[in-house]
Amino acid sequence: MTERTPSARADGVAPLARIIEQHRDELLTEWLAAQGRVGRGAINSSELRRQGGEFLGLLGAAVASGADSVDDRAFTPVRSFLDDLSRARAQQGFSPSETATFVFALKGPLFDHLRRGATDAGALASQVWTATELFDALGLYTTEVHQRGREEVIQRQQRDMLELSTPVVTLWDGVLALPMIGTLDSARTQVVMETLLQRIVDTGADIAIIDITGVPTVDTLTAQHLLKTVTAARLMGAECIISGIRPQIAQTIVHLGVDLGNVTTKASLADAFRLALQRTGRTVARVAAPAAPGAPGLGGRA
Amino acid sequence: MNVPRREVMPVRGDGDVVLVRQAVRAWAVAQGLGLVDQTKIVTAASELARNTVEYGGGGTVCLEAVENGARKGLRLTFEDQGPGIPDLALALTDGYTTGKGMGLGLSGSKRLVNEFDIWSEVGKGTRVTVTRWK
Amino acid sequence: MERIPILRMGRLLLVTIQVDMHDRLAMTLQDDLTARISAEGARGVLLDISSLEIVDSFIGRMLSNIAAMARVLDAETVVVGMQPAVAITLVELGLALPGVRTALNVEKGMALLQALTRGDDDAPATGAAEVASAEGDGERPAA
Repeated sequence: MTERTPSARADGVAPLARIIEQHRDELLTEWLAAQGRVGRGAINSSELRRQGGEFLGLLGAAVASGADSVDDRAFTPVRSFLDDLSRARAQQGFSPSETATFVFALKGPLFDHLRRGATDAGALASQVWTATELFDALGLYTTEVHQRGREEVIQRQQRDMLELSTPVVTLWDGVLALPMIGTLDSARTQVVMETLLQRIVDTGADIAIIDITGVPTVDTLTAQHLLKTVTAARLMGAECIISGIRPQIAQTIVHLGVDLGNVTTKASLADAFRLALQRTGRTVARVAAPAAPGAPGLGGRA
Repeated sequence: MNVPRREVMPVRGDGDVVLVRQAVRAWAVAQGLGLVDQTKIVTAASELARNTVEYGGGGTVCLEAVENGARKGLRLTFEDQGPGIPDLALALTDGYTTGKGMGLGLSGSKRLVNEFDIWSEVGKGTRVTVTRWK
Repeated sequence: MERIPILRMGRLLLVTIQVDMHDRLAMTLQDDLTARISAEGARGVLLDISSLEIVDSFIGRMLSNIAAMARVLDAETVVVGMQPAVAITLVELGLALPGVRTALNVEKGMALLQALTRGDDDAPATGAAEVASAEGDGERPAA
């Protein structure tokens, strides 16, 4: 890239500003024709014209101030417009390239006008270069926003999946159970804590049983995450019992020297439930002999 | 990265710490952070503001609404011209304190934010920059 | 100087923290509570933090201190109503508040306090609660 003095740079976008101001309608028409083939008709032409007109207006204002870089403050309204446009197009199912064409298609008509108004080849080359740099940056910007929009959707879906995979069950009045399936990483721990604590508030639970039968391994990190969850619940007045400790897990815990603090642990969910009932002042008693299979009704009450 | 909004507040005393908490809460809400994220950044701000007052001899905090493409966040820069921190690694460990605190201000704040940056020079001062993204 | 009001209910003291406390106010509360527990022979303290949206290490230390000082004066403390976002943040901060009993809400907290202070000479009165400032009306003799 050739070195340019500030005045040469300002001159670089000034022709653009002039063209946009003086030949706006012409530009708009030529530009719409250039991108008309894109979009499979999903955007009707009057809406496209409106979007194009708005973009030209914002772009014109930005370059009129002499700014030639997309990161310049003067370009904030332009970036803002492209943010919204890109996101809308992403939601409508357009590809990033299709969205970027909105910007790139303007280059052709602009260069035509630059050529018509140029005084010499050197000046024209410089102006075309400035315009190219500007439009490439704008086009890439739409692609990035487009990409980010898709990433946001993926993240949202991931989060939804995390929440769905952490159901909190009410086993009895004041006793919740949290069957954990899969690895417990820090992102999941956050979701688990939020879900569990909210359920404690909603149900007024005193005890939460965290069952880790479905957790493949328990290393120091997993133990830390479990302890965080237990501590958070305790801060809200609920005690936790950890159940589903398989023999291999018990061995790993001892070998690694994992410290589960003073959290009560039980091998099975049933044992944990029995303990929870006990702690909340209840017991399960048989009231009647179990009915023979096929007999109407069971009659027993816990 | 875009910084559409910026404000500097004094952090010189007790009362300022409360004002900083309230301002950070308002900015976090404006940037669309969820409740837990809001609570984390406000709590981190409270810790760092207190450090600025108690160990830095008072200073300033710069609040910046930041944008990285479509992603929004909140960046806070606490700065003082105090005595500085001689051993940063030590200062960043849990439980280390030269005062009456619990030694969780710096290390704890680090866990509450997405980005954490600290500069300190003995005799010159300290600057801590933290960012929480949505 | 503003103070956080302390209610008396029988042998229990009730404190509801509803403001964003600055450090001095927190220290004053610590002092006031300790003085009241001692002056009135209170057996239990209920700290309602359900309106607190932020608990940082300073406030956390205040809560631990209150519980410890109360225990030295033979009184039990229960902190109630911590908000989920606050609990998650505290845990991330590294504050577990050991030695501080907690309950989900005032109702459970009261039940816990009554269970903890059962078997004392006086059963906790359930009559009208009194609001008195820490300057104290000093009429009630220490137990």
